Amino acid sequence: MTATIITITSGKGGVGKTTTTANVAIALAEQGDKVVCIDGDIGLRNLDVVMGLENRIVYDLVDVIEGRCRLRQAMIRDKRMNDLHLIPAAQTRDKSSVTPSDMVRLCDQLRDEFDWVLIDSPAGIERGFRNSIAPADMVLVVTNPEVSAVRDADRIIGLVEAEEKGPAKLLINRLNMDLVRRGDMLTAEDVVELLAIELVGIVPEDESVVVSTNRGQPVVMEAETKAGKAFRNVALRLKGQEVPYIDLDEKKGFFQNLSNMLRSGGD
Amino acid sequence: MQDGKVVQDKKISIKIKGIRDGLLISLGEGDWSIVQAELLRQIEERSAFFQGARVALDVQNHILHAADMGILRDKLSDCGVSLWAVLSDSPTTERTSQMMGLATRISKPKPERVIRSQSQSTSLSGDNAMLVKRTLRSGFKVSSEGHVVVIGDVNPGAEISAGGNVVIWGRLRGSVHAGANGDLKAVICALEMSPKQLRIGEKIGNLPLKPDKKKQVVPEIAMIQGGKIIFQEWKQRERGK
Repeated sequence: MTATIITITSGKGGVGKTTTTANVAIALAEQGDKVVCIDGDIGLRNLDVVMGLENRIVYDLVDVIEGRCRLRQAMIRDKRMNDLHLIPAAQTRDKSSVTPSDMVRLCDQLRDEFDWVLIDSPAGIERGFRNSIAPADMVLVVTNPEVSAVRDADRIIGLVEAEEKGPAKLLINRLNMDLVRRGDMLTAEDVVELLAIELVGIVPEDESVVVSTNRGQPVVMEAETKAGKAFRNVALRLKGQEVPYIDLDEKKGFFQNLSNMLRSGGD
Repeated sequence: MQDGKVVQDKKISIKIKGIRDGLLISLGEGDWSIVQAELLRQIEERSAFFQGARVALDVQNHILHAADMGILRDKLSDCGVSLWAVLSDSPTTERTSQMMGLATRISKPKPERVIRSQSQSTSLSGDNAMLVKRTLRSGFKVSSEGHVVVIGDVNPGAEISAGGNVVIWGRLRGSVHAGANGDLKAVICALEMSPKQLRIGEKIGNLPLKPDKKKQVVPEIAMIQGGKIIFQEWKQRERGK
């Protein structure tokens, strides 16, 4: 077994790197693959919260690197899944506690045992970002259809190319079809045209993501959500399957009906 | 063998001199790992002097790939030294530094004279141009004393600064400064002209704020006419002018 190491990054903060990492990891594990997630955001860890594993942390990434525990001891197994693990970040340290070569060494140890290693990169282009992309076989750039997020994504793609890790792959998160139809949001086509890299997924804006994130129960575990389905499709595409994109034009009526129903119904 | 290496270390020449933009460090020949180690040793030895320095590195014939240069830049930055330019005779190394957003040229020691000689000459024909055959993404910068030709897009957040003209065979959505040394005859051409900022000489272009999406995209050329930067569709221009 040789793992594929994917780093999820974005440049800008708050676009959904951690949400993407958690959901894609679970979707891959649902497919029966062996998956481990690494939280690369040392000092500002989040992934454990989103995955609902916060209360089980004993050792973290820095403990492994500084030799205070074995790698196995820092891996928290997600009991909801067959083979999903998390290596949490240290909360009381900072990015300089880890070097890019530490990350490469750590990931090499994981390669034989897993199918996928997902690294959740911190925002920014500094040390934490460099640590996170050092071991990557593939870089997944998450962006929102907003000018500032796309600008940062473009910068990241350039840096990834310069580190000879490119070409990166693209995930567009939080696409709001209502705004797109009114011409108030960049369309997915606009984003892809500018960034000019391969697209692996479009995740629509979906309130259930916020709800499930707060619960520590990633949205992909809830079968009926739009965002959950989109993340499952991303996982399938990463596995090399051809999954058609939802035709957004055709879905116009459907989306509208749905949002109307939601509005008149619940709240 | 270890001893042999130590003796060799001593022979590696590392010259440091002050220039307008900081320090210029010229590295001699030899195995790259040894040269790099020697450089870092010297910097550590005089860490107080180097703290906060802006450094241009002349690596001569050393061929450096992104991995080597990335390591060096990280190590330098750990010593508080910021690397802003890498000069080299090797095209591979030049390409690497361009990809990492580092300058590959440092401006001439006496820029005054350059400006005067350039503004006096009426013809730029026969000058060297720099060809960049890739998309320039946000954060990348291309600077040249001469002309710049890009085959690819110039994305928002990317910058081009040229002493002469700039030709973009692609979409221009970033910032371009042509005639950066004061040449008001410089022009900027692009297949799709939607820049964030455009400058020729010291003039700053007035750009249409919201380009009409419906409008058919045509190649355009920007130049100074009547003291202002104007845009013309390429098809309307007479050939040869």
